[in-house]
Amino acid sequence: MVDKQLNIELGKQGVFVTTIEELYNWGRRSSVWPMQFGLACCAIEMIATTMARYDLARFGAEVFRPSPRQADLMIVSGTVTKKMAPQVVRLYNQMAEPRYVIAMGACAISGGPFKQGYNVLKGIDRYIPVDVHIPGCPPRPEALLQAFMALQKKIDEQPLTGPGRPRHLDAEAQGEFPVPEQGEHDLEPTSNKGVWTVPVVIR
Amino acid sequence: MTISTTEKIEGWNTPPVITPDSEGELLEVAMGPHHPSTHGVFRMDVALDGERVIRLKPIFGYLHRNHEKIAEGASYLAAMPYTDRLDYFCSLTNNWAYALAVETLVGQAVPERAQYLRVILAELTRVQNHASSIGFLIQEMGASGTPLMYAFKEREKILDLFEELTGSRMMCNYMRFGGCRVDASEAWLNDTRKVVAGLPKFVDEFENLLSSNEILMARCQGVGILSRELAVNAGVTGPMLRASGVNYDIRKVDHYGIYDRFSFRVPLGEHGDVYDRYMMRILEMRESIHILEQALKEVPGGPVMDAKAKIRGFRPKPGEAYGRIEAPKGELGFYLISDGGPNPYRYRIRPPSLINLTILEDMCLGSNVADVVLIFGSVDIVLGEVDR
Amino acid sequence: MKSVEEIKAAIEAAVPGARVSVVENPSVSGQRSLRLGHAHAVEVAKFLRDDAELALDFLSNVSGVDWPDKEIAEKVKVTKTVTKTVDGVEQQVEEVVEETRKRTEPGYLEAVYHLYSMSKKHGPVILRMRTANRTDEVEMPSLTSIWRSADLQEREIFDLFGIVFTGHHDLRRLLMWRGFKDHPMRKDYVEPDDFEYEPTAHDEVLQRAQEHQAAEQKGEGA
Repeated sequence: MVDKQLNIELGKQGVFVTTIEELYNWGRRSSVWPMQFGLACCAIEMIATTMARYDLARFGAEVFRPSPRQADLMIVSGTVTKKMAPQVVRLYNQMAEPRYVIAMGACAISGGPFKQGYNVLKGIDRYIPVDVHIPGCPPRPEALLQAFMALQKKIDEQPLTGPGRPRHLDAEAQGEFPVPEQGEHDLEPTSNKGVWTVPVVIR
Repeated sequence: MTISTTEKIEGWNTPPVITPDSEGELLEVAMGPHHPSTHGVFRMDVALDGERVIRLKPIFGYLHRNHEKIAEGASYLAAMPYTDRLDYFCSLTNNWAYALAVETLVGQAVPERAQYLRVILAELTRVQNHASSIGFLIQEMGASGTPLMYAFKEREKILDLFEELTGSRMMCNYMRFGGCRVDASEAWLNDTRKVVAGLPKFVDEFENLLSSNEILMARCQGVGILSRELAVNAGVTGPMLRASGVNYDIRKVDHYGIYDRFSFRVPLGEHGDVYDRYMMRILEMRESIHILEQALKEVPGGPVMDAKAKIRGFRPKPGEAYGRIEAPKGELGFYLISDGGPNPYRYRIRPPSLINLTILEDMCLGSNVADVVLIFGSVDIVLGEVDR
Repeated sequence: MKSVEEIKAAIEAAVPGARVSVVENPSVSGQRSLRLGHAHAVEVAKFLRDDAELALDFLSNVSGVDWPDKEIAEKVKVTKTVTKTVDGVEQQVEEVVEETRKRTEPGYLEAVYHLYSMSKKHGPVILRMRTANRTDEVEMPSLTSIWRSADLQEREIFDLFGIVFTGHHDLRRLLMWRGFKDHPMRKDYVEPDDFEYEPTAHDEVLQRAQEHQAAEQKGEGA
């Protein structure tokens, strides 16, 4: 890494010094296109975030793509029910790497206020890996903006080589996540053991 | 208006069956549950003959969050925040419907100031709901986002008012059995007067841009016609019913709250098509602004919660009650059965969005796929209410 | 609008053989209802919709209610022969003794219909229909042929409660998926055990969480 002072001096001369990693990640994080995926009430706050007051487009999320093949980010906003869970996992499988997931709202994190429901999936991170969680019911648009910035920071810090590299540069990374079946009383399996482990309560 | 003969209604207990023009298999398309225009997770299995819709079966339940079962396990007051999340655009009218049902069950009186605040908040909710609904309808027509931005601009102003009063933009949880949770300050009332003073200009601007727009008229007029008799028989309520020409507004019929003190008109449509439903929402916005102006002039002082209301240990006597209001989407009703305990024995929500969708198939048969999206958008549903 | 008794009289006059009874409502709301028998329910509904005075053309709400079997313990005074010692001599004496008898009142499923009139602007008129029991005789006539608005609501009651509406043109599940087997809104429904983690668990949830933790640790140890 070049010394900051030297960077500024060189910049005044019109010379720009950086690493490929920085450049690559800068390009990736400044154009994260979310997928139009609103499930419930949090979707309205997501829409409000894209409106004129809390503009999300200035962070690079210029268009919300309806098709998962063209999107980089899936903002799971709202309660994921057991009837909808297989479709969410299928959509995630259809997204191309590099792909990220933001679990927006209490329902997407862990079931939220509807946690006791027989049809409610207790958190989308049971089946797919989640990068940023936003608490709130619903989270304010500013919270979604902060989560977006946190995601951008996370992308910035991903190295190009080594164990922390993003999945699209890793030949052995898991691409397809198994889709749960709708059984007679519940989803089968109830969670994906590779993605989600039961948190141990230490008292 | 009376239903003249029964012969007209006999054939309506099932959707009509239409025959396709061409031979061969129909193209079966699943629209949803992930779809850019279906207002949420809703699925329609459509069978097409070219562009024409031959069969349409809606599939619900992708947002079924077991609200009724959870409320049976929670106390009456604990179910109030869940009503916010029913029709998540209009949380305050949902709160009022539930509070009204419980107040009917126990015979609870509501003080004057609370009644005025309820009316003001309900009409503000109606304005922002109708504006957003029109915005979403136009977005589905292809104007990707601009009318929605105008609608959301006004909505943000109203949400700021809600946040100032109740603490939250959307999930307000403000009404209680016997009044409201907190009192509104004079500063808030002045802020509201300022916002309401700016609303007529917004509706004028909105109408100017949209009502005589060629594309809107060509795409909406004559599309998705719902006849008056079928609308009544299918239990359709709200702006969709009045667009078909039936004069039934629960604010005028049930005389709940203090709506009798305000003079407002009930707009009626002639044709029952998508354009009439769009115009209905514009006209209802104007009537709501009229009610707001009247109500804001004469808000009395006093408490906002009835002094004799029982808050702790609320156990209504055994019995049942059905309370309903004119929510922006239609008739929102709550049917409560109490067995004397702290939790409701049966808590049933009468969802206007679900019942308005009963005749979706009837309206869409024979029209093009592009019209299905418009007709569906004009019903103005919210999935949180359809699936609860 | 007519009172509940007058409506009952009108129904009995128009549809002979219909079984109608008034169900009281002890709460302040005073919304009393009429209980219909299954045999002539559709004709009664037709009469209510087409009658010139009542004109109940708007079916607002159809709810399902589950009333499980009730165990009632009653104290009954019974005369019994009891051996007692009277003046030092054992004798058989007739005595009045209090006994607690338990009996089970059979439960049933119920559908409640709220009717209003859009032309006359009155209402509500509340109808109820009950099934015979909760296990095998769960049929009830469907009123979809009279009011289309019962279409989706009866499907939902079939889905969540299990009442089978005979005469409905398309009775399938509405909210749960197709292969689902239970009727979740019944009072004896047991939720599936997918609750492995609960941050502030107590009572039965804590028990279940502890069982899960024990199973996890055993799985790791083994």
